[in-house]
Amino acid sequence: RLLIVYPWTQRFFANFGNLSSPTAIIGNPKVRAHGKKVLTSFGEAVKNLDNIKATYSKLSELHCEKLHVDPENFRLLGDILIIVLASHFARDFTPACQFAWQKLVGVVAHALARKYH
Amino acid sequence: MVLSGNDKTNVKGVFSKIGGHAEEYGAEALDRMFATYPQTKTYFPHFDVSPGSAQVKAHGKKVASALVEAANHIDDIATALSKLSDLHAQKLRVDPVNFKLLGQCFLVVVAIHNPSVLTPEVHASLDKFLCAVASVLTAKYR
Repeated sequence: RLLIVYPWTQRFFANFGNLSSPTAIIGNPKVRAHGKKVLTSFGEAVKNLDNIKATYSKLSELHCEKLHVDPENFRLLGDILIIVLASHFARDFTPACQFAWQKLVGVVAHALARKYH
Repeated sequence: MVLSGNDKTNVKGVFSKIGGHAEEYGAEALDRMFATYPQTKTYFPHFDVSPGSAQVKAHGKKVASALVEAANHIDDIATALSKLSDLHAQKLRVDPVNFKLLGQCFLVVVAIHNPSVLTPEVHASLDKFLCAVASVLTAKYR
């Protein structure tokens, strides 16, 4: 969804093969695999809510030094994740839930940007 | 950013599916915005901003009507929302960042009530549309 709604984010995935259309993106196995990686990593944050900064310390260095990702992209992905949760959980995704998750994605984005230099 | 022919079709499609629920969606988007981004309440010191308040419901209706109006005149949103643009520039002066926040909440509400409508492509079009509306409303700020 990130790659479709904010197509400029595709700049980081030149080696993913065919991203030429929404259909291509949705069917792309590298996109699926990467989505799994990213969400699994989010799961780590949820397991370590008291220490998210430490959890993402190494990943932050990686995103700065190797991947060269503008931290704004973490915010964009966070917003997309919220929409995906809303689509799946419907009414269970209450305003209180949205508030908590919006804060969480903000904290994760901040943690990922923290080691940038 | 420019709305393509596809974007316009997608946006009109969403609003036709939403139909008469637009007003409820407007109110729910505001409720969620106040809950998720408490700083947005600073623009409504004169309101009861508790969830489901009558004032929020009425205001949600206003917001939704403006979005519907923009969708119905999608080829010239600037003209359709010209008065609202003046109002926001001269009187309301809501900081531009807040339109994104309301837009996000509106997308959440559409996703909750119509997950099958909000495909990735339609999501992209609707997001672009909401950005275009925000641009028009802040165009005369300076």
